[in-house]
Amino acid sequence: MAKVELVNVSKSYGDVEVLHDINLALEEGEFVVFVGPSGCGKSTLLRMIAGLEDITGGELLIGGEPMNDVLPAKRGISMVFQSYALYPHMTVFENMAFGLEQAKLSKPEIRERVNKAATMLQIEPLLDRKPKQLSGGQRQRVAIGRAITRDPRVFLFDEPLSNLDAALRVDTRLEIASLHERLTGTTMIYVTHDQVEAMTLADRIVVLNGGVIEQVGTPMDLYENPASQFVAGFIGSPKMNLLTGPVAENEGAATYGIRPEHIRFSRDEGLWIGRVVLTERLGSDTFVHVKTEGVGMVNVRIEGRADIEQGETVHLTPDARSVHLFYADGTPLSRKFMQ
Amino acid sequence: MKTPLWKRLGFYAVVAVIVLQALFPFYYAILTSLEDGQALFDVNYLPAAPDFVNYRTMLTQGVFGRQILNSVFVATVVVIFSLALAVTAAYALSRIQFRGRGLLLLTVLSVSMFPQIAVLSGLFEVIRFFGLFNSLWALVFSYMIFTLPFTVWVLTTFMRNMPVEIEEAAIMDGASSLTIIRRVFLPLMWPAMVTTGLLAFIHAWNEFLFALTFLSTDSQRTVPVAIALISGRSEFEIPWGNIMAASVIVTLPLVALVLVFQRKIVSGLTAGAVKG
Repeated sequence: MAKVELVNVSKSYGDVEVLHDINLALEEGEFVVFVGPSGCGKSTLLRMIAGLEDITGGELLIGGEPMNDVLPAKRGISMVFQSYALYPHMTVFENMAFGLEQAKLSKPEIRERVNKAATMLQIEPLLDRKPKQLSGGQRQRVAIGRAITRDPRVFLFDEPLSNLDAALRVDTRLEIASLHERLTGTTMIYVTHDQVEAMTLADRIVVLNGGVIEQVGTPMDLYENPASQFVAGFIGSPKMNLLTGPVAENEGAATYGIRPEHIRFSRDEGLWIGRVVLTERLGSDTFVHVKTEGVGMVNVRIEGRADIEQGETVHLTPDARSVHLFYADGTPLSRKFMQ
Repeated sequence: MKTPLWKRLGFYAVVAVIVLQALFPFYYAILTSLEDGQALFDVNYLPAAPDFVNYRTMLTQGVFGRQILNSVFVATVVVIFSLALAVTAAYALSRIQFRGRGLLLLTVLSVSMFPQIAVLSGLFEVIRFFGLFNSLWALVFSYMIFTLPFTVWVLTTFMRNMPVEIEEAAIMDGASSLTIIRRVFLPLMWPAMVTTGLLAFIHAWNEFLFALTFLSTDSQRTVPVAIALISGRSEFEIPWGNIMAASVIVTLPLVALVLVFQRKIVSGLTAGAVKG
């Protein structure tokens, strides 16, 4: 129910500036994911929005009001922590009620709100338990429940899935997506280093690197039109092939980028020729790592199953329309269309 | 896998030796305290004719009752002051970044490095200066020299291991600093506080040298000194029966405290707070 705006926001610890001049406007009800490698400042940015870190420069607005000096609890936000951060000595009910008690709500109202959140997350049977009697996934639900009860305008998630095992991670991801559907109008900001989470959950992704915003855009925007070599390498799984040497120089660039799924594979003919070094079979896809003459190591995706032996000689043809070219400083050449 | 019989027997034999070594002196004290007069000097390992006359003498004659109260007062106040100061100090030392934090921690620790006898004369001057001589506050003041370093250290370590995110979650929930300490920190720190508090209590309860030096009248003394100064009818008689009765009386509160709090001492409440 609120827009979140960051105007020229920066953060420094002493002389070290870790976030530089961040400008960002998040629409009401939008699901925005901050993504980037560790140390890029994404968590710091989230914690500044939460109020757990001071803003050393610029302004933060939530719902149009300046929030720089407002206490965390008065900003109308809730946060889900990576480690869940449940109060270990309280039951699930008490955990979820604690924030409401601090807000001086009446007992019946607290009960009603906790029960509503518990129903939504299907944790009603757990209300009397202590956190240590819960599994990781259940704890995460309680942590989300605790955030919901406060009925926030903005929901913050700090790497909420990174402590869960792989299977549970996918389930919880879906759950968070459907939570966003149900809590219409609540702006959600989600921090992760996992680009799959970013791609699947986000309305818009903010890619951070070294304390600056590299690019803001929809997942498909970032996939199709990366604004820098960093974004090109970061978004998409497996990674885009970033080739240097003659193949890039021929195009007048420093780096030649092509995604594994945009290379045609053939046994008989193609632009490049090389030898298979490694084959990864996932069932739905097969990834073939090819050492290509004059080009370098290229990863190619083949749909479905492909019986390719190590050492085999193969031919590869990049889809010219999907080539991304970058200068040495990582900025893109205007996309080249070779018909 | 089944442990061989001789191993199990050996284990219990060792346990028995340890228990005997730890408890026999106390048992013998109890035994002695129940004997009077000449019976003291017959060596026996089971109570022959239990007689509570020593206890009666200690509790009804003289100022031993008053002295127990002195000890209780000193030890309790020391524990309360130490914990209150240590909790706040530990919060600052574990959670707030400031210059010289490590140095300060080492300084706190180094205070406990000096032998009591080395600081005794200087401390005596300080206590005279403050006009605390022969006052129980002299002991409260001087005992904290020894209790604070370890309470601060233990609680600092404990607080450092407590996840910061729990505190942050409470901040997000709108809890004030005081509420965070009261509703979140204290319940989690109970075990550590009980353990350190108990150690401080035992230390204050048993301390001898300062109590002997800073107090001069019988009615102000604490029990360890009082027991040492129990004298017989003549200078050639040591009233072992009375001494042992007094020793048993002052030991019981400690035993009771440990038994009451043993569950707290061993429990680890933070389990389950974060991934575990």
